[in-house]
Order: sequence, then structure tokens, then C-alpha cells
Amino acid sequence: MKIRLTQDVLDPEEITQQIRRDTNGAVITFLGTTRNQTRGNRVLYLEYEAYPEMATKQILHILAEVKDRWGIEQATVAHRVGRLDIGEISLVVAIASPHRKEAFAACQYTVDRIKAIAPIWKKEAFENGSAWVGCEELHHAVHS
Amino acid sequence: MKVLVRFFALYRESAGTNRTTLELADGATVKDLVGKILTDYPAVASDGTAVVVAVNSDYVSHNFVLHEGDEAALIPPVSGGIR
Repeated sequence: MKIRLTQDVLDPEEITQQIRRDTNGAVITFLGTTRNQTRGNRVLYLEYEAYPEMATKQILHILAEVKDRWGIEQATVAHRVGRLDIGEISLVVAIASPHRKEAFAACQYTVDRIKAIAPIWKKEAFENGSAWVGCEELHHAVHS
Repeated sequence: MKVLVRFFALYRESAGTNRTTLELADGATVKDLVGKILTDYPAVASDGTAVVVAVNSDYVSHNFVLHEGDEAALIPPVSGGIR
């Protein structure tokens, strides 16, 4: 499957294997992982929420773009949703291509665009409350 | 006409629900929908930020004309995103 949104633990090896082809000389697998602090505040855990139908549609659109721009035929994206502990893998983007230059460029583009347009949000839980990322300047933390 | 509106993340918490159905006049735009939502759910985007809306899973402008059965969603700033 090209795009997966799941509460299950992501296995980057298994995801990468899906796109391996003998025609490709380069495979890039990007892992997004959950960080233990943000701007000096200790993060205890995170919660990811998606609008699944739209996230799938937007990511498919991004993969169509990387096919057009860099000729990428093999690409897959997996994103965790639900509660994640620190140090877990939240995002896997795997891109394969005959040559490395296109694979690197396409992988960076895909990750950047997912962050920008895929409707997937994360909420960081701190010792004294929590906050939706990207909204701190606009909205007060919801104190637990 | 009836339009489904879904709320996510911060907006879901502010609205206190994850969906509602709005009755709008034929020819209503996303701007009309946002106006009604902000009236019915004053805690949503209470800081006055422009609300980003998707219809049927695509981002649309506030001039977008809605149709019976459309699914609209209010999209808070996306995780780690640059809008």
C-alpha cells in the first residue's frame, strides 16, 4: 500500500522493502521521530490526529508531483496516529529511484510538503499541560 | 441545502464536537459557512485568525460555492507546517 495512516508501530524495514526494485540504485528512507523536548520544555508523550480521507488524498497528490518532477515510480508514506511515546517513529517516507540525486530531492520535497499540507496534527503533552503544535502563538495551552 | 462540517485537533476541542450539519441557502459559499460556524461556535478561531477550509478533501478559497452533501472541514494550522 502506498499510503498508510495507522495506530500500529511503523516498521521502516518492512516499508522500505515495499519499494525495492532491481531497476533502482538508490533508496532513501526518512524517519520522523518523536522528540523529548520542545524549546526547552520536556515532552512526555504526543498525540497525533489526522483527517484520514483528506490526508490520504493530499499525500497521493504529493506523490504524483514527485513522479512528475523526478520520475519517481516507487514511493511510500506511512504516518502514525494516536498516542506516541518519546523516541517512536511517527513518519516513514521511502523513495526509490535509479539514481540518488532524484531520490534525495524527492524525499526532502515529500517530507516538507506532508508537513505543510497533510491534515495531520500533533499535540505535545508537557508536565503542566499540553499544546497543539503550530498553534502555540495563537492559542493558549489546554491545561490538564 | 445541508453541508457536513468536520472539526479536527484544536478546532475540535474548541467546538466541543467533531462534526455538525449546517443548513445553508443554495449558492452559499465557504465564507457563509465560516461565518455561521464562528457564530455557532465562538470558541473556534476566537483569536480572529483566518480559518482554512477544505471541501471534499481539497483546500478551497472562501469564495468556493458549496453544494448539497458537501463535506467541509475546518483545518487548524497543520503540524509543523508553514502556511
